[in-house]
Amino acid sequence: MSRRVLGESAKRLEDPTLLRGRGRFIDDVLIPGMLEAAFVRSPHAHAEIKGIDTQAALEIQGVHAVLTLDDLMPYLQTEFLVVGLPSPSYKQDRNRPALAGREVVHVGEPIAVVIAESRYIAEDAAQLVDVDYDLLPAASDCRDALAEGAPPVHKDANDNLLAEFNMGYGDIDAAFAKATHIFSESIMQHRGGSHSIECRGCVASHDPATDQLTLWVSSQMPHSALRVLVDMLGRDENQMRVVTPDIGGGFGPKLVVYQEDVVVSVAAIKLGRAVKWIEDRREHFITTTQERDQYWEVEIAVDENALILGIRGSILHEHGAYTARGINLPQNSAESLPGPYEVPAFRMNTKLALTNKVPVTPVRGAGHPQAAFTIERLMDRVAREMGLDRTEVRRRNLIPADAMPYSRPLKTRGGLAVVLDSGDYPRSQKETLERAGWEDFPTRQKAARESGRHIGIGIANFVKGTGRGPFEEVTVRVGTSGKVHVYTGGTAIGQGTRTMLAQIVAEQLGGDMENVTVTTGDTAATSLGIGTSNSRLAVTAGTSAHVAAGKVREKVLQIAAHVLDSPVEDLEINNAEVHVKEQPGRIANEKVTLGELAHAMAGTPGYTIPGGMGPGLEATEHVILDSKAFASGTVVAEVEVDIETGGVTILNYVLAHDCGRIINPMLVDGQALGGTAHGIGNALFEWMGYDETGQPLTTNLADYLLVNATEMPRVNLLHHESPSPLNPLGVKGVGECGVVPAPGAIISAVEDALKPFDVHIDRTPISPPQIVALIKQGRARA
Amino acid sequence: MGEKRRVTLEVNGMPYEQDVEVRLTLADFLRHQLRLTGTHIGCEHGVCGACTVLVDGLSVRSCLMLAAQANGSEITTVEGIAPSDNELHPLQEAFRDHHGLQCGFCTPGMLTTLLEFLRDNPSPTERDVREAISGNLCRCTGYQGIVDSALDAAERLRGQDKTTVPDGGHAL
Repeated sequence: MSRRVLGESAKRLEDPTLLRGRGRFIDDVLIPGMLEAAFVRSPHAHAEIKGIDTQAALEIQGVHAVLTLDDLMPYLQTEFLVVGLPSPSYKQDRNRPALAGREVVHVGEPIAVVIAESRYIAEDAAQLVDVDYDLLPAASDCRDALAEGAPPVHKDANDNLLAEFNMGYGDIDAAFAKATHIFSESIMQHRGGSHSIECRGCVASHDPATDQLTLWVSSQMPHSALRVLVDMLGRDENQMRVVTPDIGGGFGPKLVVYQEDVVVSVAAIKLGRAVKWIEDRREHFITTTQERDQYWEVEIAVDENALILGIRGSILHEHGAYTARGINLPQNSAESLPGPYEVPAFRMNTKLALTNKVPVTPVRGAGHPQAAFTIERLMDRVAREMGLDRTEVRRRNLIPADAMPYSRPLKTRGGLAVVLDSGDYPRSQKETLERAGWEDFPTRQKAARESGRHIGIGIANFVKGTGRGPFEEVTVRVGTSGKVHVYTGGTAIGQGTRTMLAQIVAEQLGGDMENVTVTTGDTAATSLGIGTSNSRLAVTAGTSAHVAAGKVREKVLQIAAHVLDSPVEDLEINNAEVHVKEQPGRIANEKVTLGELAHAMAGTPGYTIPGGMGPGLEATEHVILDSKAFASGTVVAEVEVDIETGGVTILNYVLAHDCGRIINPMLVDGQALGGTAHGIGNALFEWMGYDETGQPLTTNLADYLLVNATEMPRVNLLHHESPSPLNPLGVKGVGECGVVPAPGAIISAVEDALKPFDVHIDRTPISPPQIVALIKQGRARA
Repeated sequence: MGEKRRVTLEVNGMPYEQDVEVRLTLADFLRHQLRLTGTHIGCEHGVCGACTVLVDGLSVRSCLMLAAQANGSEITTVEGIAPSDNELHPLQEAFRDHHGLQCGFCTPGMLTTLLEFLRDNPSPTERDVREAISGNLCRCTGYQGIVDSALDAAERLRGQDKTTVPDGGHAL
C-alpha cells in the first residue's frame, strides 16, 4: 500500500533551511557589483513640486546617480503604474507615477532615488536632495474629504469621490415597511498595516550581453509585476524575469506592484549595475499600502421573532491617494455583510473617498472583517433591544445546513454569483458555545462581579469566501533523477505552500514528500501565474497540483505497466519506485524507478518512446475554479476588563472553523492562529494614526502596537470539515479566516463585561483610554 | 567613506579580524560583511527582536549595537545553533515539530532569545516563556506554536548535557 500523506500533519519542507538561518530573503540576495538605493520621499501630505536639486547629493563620495522622473522617462513607455482591477464604478483614474514629478499626494511618496555604493551612503545623500515644495491643503479624514469644498487630493480634481456603487436584492422598502423593529448603528472601523516582519524590497540586475533584466522582489504576485514592467518598460517577456526569494510574510500589501520595483529596474538598466532597495520599517509605515477607515451607517429590520427582514445602509471607504488595487475592498465588505445569516432584502451604497494618505489595498481579511463586525454588532443590538440572548438571535437567523448550497442574489466583483457552497453554521455555533461554556457564563460573571472583576463574553459567526479564481498554474514533472518537481505561479509567503503542494503531489506519486521539490513565484518557471492572495492557494494551486499529479501518475503507471509487462491494477508507486504488488503467482518486488521511467520517456535518438503515450513525464494544469469556496466558523471570546485602566485581557478564546477537507492539520492550525492574532490586533491594538494635515502619527513599532506573546491568548480550536463540492480535494482556504470574526467577538465581550456601565462600542480598535472614557460616560448617565 | 576601526571577534566559534566603519551596525556587519544573513532585520529600531544575537552569551539587538562595540566578543548567531550540518539543535527540532515558524523571518531572533532564556530557566512555565519572547514580534504564528516549541525544547534540554547550549561564560 502506498503511503498516505494527505491529511497528515506532515512536517514542513521549508523548516530545516529556515531554522538554520540559511533561507534567502530579499536582503540576502547578493549580485557582484551590486549598488544600493535610498528614496527621497515627500514629507508633506500634499504639495506641488517646484524643483528638485540633486547637486549636493551627487557630490557625496560613493554616490553613482540620483534619478528623478525626468531621468526615468527615456526608459519608460508611461510614467504610470496602471494596476486597478476593472470596475464601471470609477469616477476618477488615479494611477501612481513611478516617481512624483509635479505633485506629491501623500507623505512618503517617492520623488527621487539615490544609487550608491552602500545603503548608508545612499541614505546620507538622500537627505541632501533639495526638493522645493509649494504646500497645498490636504484631505486627511475621509468624511471631510467628501464634504462640499474639501481640498482636492489631486490638484486637478473637482472632488475626492474615487468611485461609487450600489448593491442589493429583494424589496428593501417593503421589508422595512413591515418590520416590527428597526435598529440603526453607526460604526467606525479601522484596520492598519500588514507589518510582515520582513519589509518590502527588490533587487534588479540587467545583463547587457543578453539584454536580460531580472527582478528579485518580495512579492505575492510576481507575474503581475512582470506584466506591469513589460508594459512600462516596453520590454518583451523574454527579456524579463521576476523571481521571489523567501518571503518574510505578506499579509496582502505585497500583492501590489510598487513604484520602487519599477525605479530599481530602470536604475539597473541605466547604470549597468545590479541595484538593491530594502525598505525600512518607517518607510513601511508611510509607503506600503494599508487598510484604514470605513464608516458604516446601517439599519436592520426584524420581525416580532427577531428574524431579519432586511438590512440597508452605506459604507464610506477610505481609499488613500491612489488606486493601487481597485474597489475590491469595499466591494468585499458590502458583498459579505449578510454573512452566515438569512437576509431576505439587502441594499448598500458604497462610496470610496480619496485622501492624502498611503493607498489602501487588502490586508489579511480584505474588507471581510469589517462586514463581519458590522453584522455581529447588529445581531447584538437586536438581542439587547428585544431582551433575547445574543446566541438565540443568531441561531434563529443562521442559514441552516440543509439550505446548502445557498445562493445569495449578489454578484462578486467579477459578476459571478455568490453561492455559499457548504457548511453547517448552526452546528458551528452550537459546538463553540458548548466548548466555551456559554451556558455557565452568567454564574461566572456574577461571581466575578461580586469580587469586583468585570468579565464578559462575546460571540461572532463568520463566512469567508476563499480560493478566488480563476485558476493557479501548476506543473508536475518527474525528472530523470527520479525527483518530482512541482512549479506553481503561486507564491510562498510563509504559509507552507511548498509543504502543502508536496503533500498533494506525493499522495499520488509515491508518498515521499522529501522526493518532491516545489518552485514558487518565478516567472521563468510557469508561463502563467496569479499569485498569493484571498486565501486562494490551497484551493486553486492545490487543485491544479492534484489534477496534474493524477495525470502524471496515470502515465507513470501506464509506462511502468509496459516496462514491467504487468497490468496497471497490479502496480503501485512507493517512494520513487513503481512496484508490482505482492500477489500469488507473481514474483514480488519487480520494480522500475521513477528516474528510469523518466529516462525512457525523455527519448533516445532513433528509438521509439515506450507506451505510445508521447514523451515526458509531466503535466501542466490550470483548473478553472470561478466560484469561491466559503469557509465558515464561530468565535466565542471571554475577556476581563480592568475598569480603572481600560485594559482588556482575553481569558478564553474558542475558534471553530470549517475550511473543508484539511490537507495538513498543523498548517491549518497555524493559519487559524496567525489570523486570530491579526484580528485581536484589529480589535484592541492596531491604529495607524494621522493628524488633520495627513501627517502620519504612528511610524514605528513602539507607537503602532502589534500583538505580542503576552497579549495573545492560547486559542482553543475546533475543526469542522464540510468538504467543498467545488473542487476535487474538497478544500477551502484558511489564511484569512482567523481575522474575520475576532473583532466582533471581542468587542461583544468587552461590551458585555461593561454592561453595568451601559457601554456601547461602535468602533474598532478600542483602546484602553477609550474604554475608560466610555465607562465614565456611562457612569455620568446613570 | 567614514572612519574605520579594526575589530577582533569570534562568531559561532570562528575568529575574525576585520576593519569596520564606526557607524556600521552589528547586524549589518554580520549580514553584509561576514555574509551571515541568517540574522534578520525587521525594524531597525529595536522593537521587533528579529535581529537578536547572543553577545558573550547575552541577547542583544544587533540593529542597536555597533560592530565596533563587539570588539573582543564571542557572538552566536542562528547559524551557530545547530550542532552540525546533519543535526538540528533540540530547540530547532521543537520549532519544526510544533510549527513554531511560518515565514521564518522572526525565527532567528526567537531562537537566540530562547536559547539564552532556556539556559537560564530550564523549567519555565508557559507564562515565563511568553514573557521571555514578549520583545520578539511574530506576525505569522500567533505565538502559540513558538510557546509550545519552547516548552517542549525545555523538556528535551533538561534531559541533555547543558554544554549543548552556548553560554559564553554566563551559565548560571
